[in-house]
Amino acid sequence: MTDTAYPLPPYAQALNMTVVDEIDGAPVIGMPFADRVQGRPGFLHGGAISGLLEIAAIAAVHRALQAKGSDSAIKQVNVTVDFMRGGLGQMTYAVGEVTRLGRTMANVEARAWQDDRDKPIAMGHMHYLIKAKREDAT
Amino acid sequence: MVSRGPDLGTLLPPGAGFDPAMVNKVMGQFGHGGFLNMQYVGHGADWVELSIDWREDLVADPNTGILASAVIISLMDNATSMSIWTKLGEFRPQATMDLRIDYLRPSPSGKRVYGRGICYHLTNSIGFVRGFAHNGNPDEPLAHASGTFIRTGDRVS
Repeated sequence: MTDTAYPLPPYAQALNMTVVDEIDGAPVIGMPFADRVQGRPGFLHGGAISGLLEIAAIAAVHRALQAKGSDSAIKQVNVTVDFMRGGLGQMTYAVGEVTRLGRTMANVEARAWQDDRDKPIAMGHMHYLIKAKREDAT
Repeated sequence: MVSRGPDLGTLLPPGAGFDPAMVNKVMGQFGHGGFLNMQYVGHGADWVELSIDWREDLVADPNTGILASAVIISLMDNATSMSIWTKLGEFRPQATMDLRIDYLRPSPSGKRVYGRGICYHLTNSIGFVRGFAHNGNPDEPLAHASGTFIRTGDRVS
């Protein structure tokens, strides 16, 4: 990962997630199919799809904060995931869109897809708390 | 190579009954549940509790060691899903329609996380669930969950 100062978390690395592209300034995260992300045989586990959505959402918020010159840390408040299609045994992508970045919170929508971005397998809606600058945080 | 693992529908045909401890040996040892090493903790008529041990490769931030929030989602997904089959008394194929998690606080470094899923209502097609995650004391939850599952095969009439 060379295009952002924010390294992917150990959890994301354990599931072999990588930054594969960028859409509208937000990193696209790719996750290959493997036994460790499988739910019922041949399909992705909903938790692994949710994890991919969250990693994409967090990466999008960090990128949006960077663009504002902010080094604030963030804290996840909640997430709602809609599962629309079964995730098949293949590469899955996700990207987050920061729909609003305020001083105290960020609203994010994240989309996960496989072959066709217009046919999402899942969408996530997240709220993040924007914390004080890292050096001021207690 | 991806091992397909056992299929619950084959293992548990309608009428075969539902034992969450036995089923977790499938869901908690293969695939994503196996990666997270989900353990069966206990169950009642309409609830199932599972747990995941803290592990270095499951953290969100190496500086704090707090668990990645998605680990909690996977835990609550499995626990709530199994609570439906437990209340039904048998396995029926179903898919998570939606799942919401409110993160009250992080799950700290080194702490095992428990997830209790509760099925509070069933219709012919839909299972309504809620649940919470904690670190050993259910009175000090770290996350709350709510969601719905839809049966993908035959309906229950």
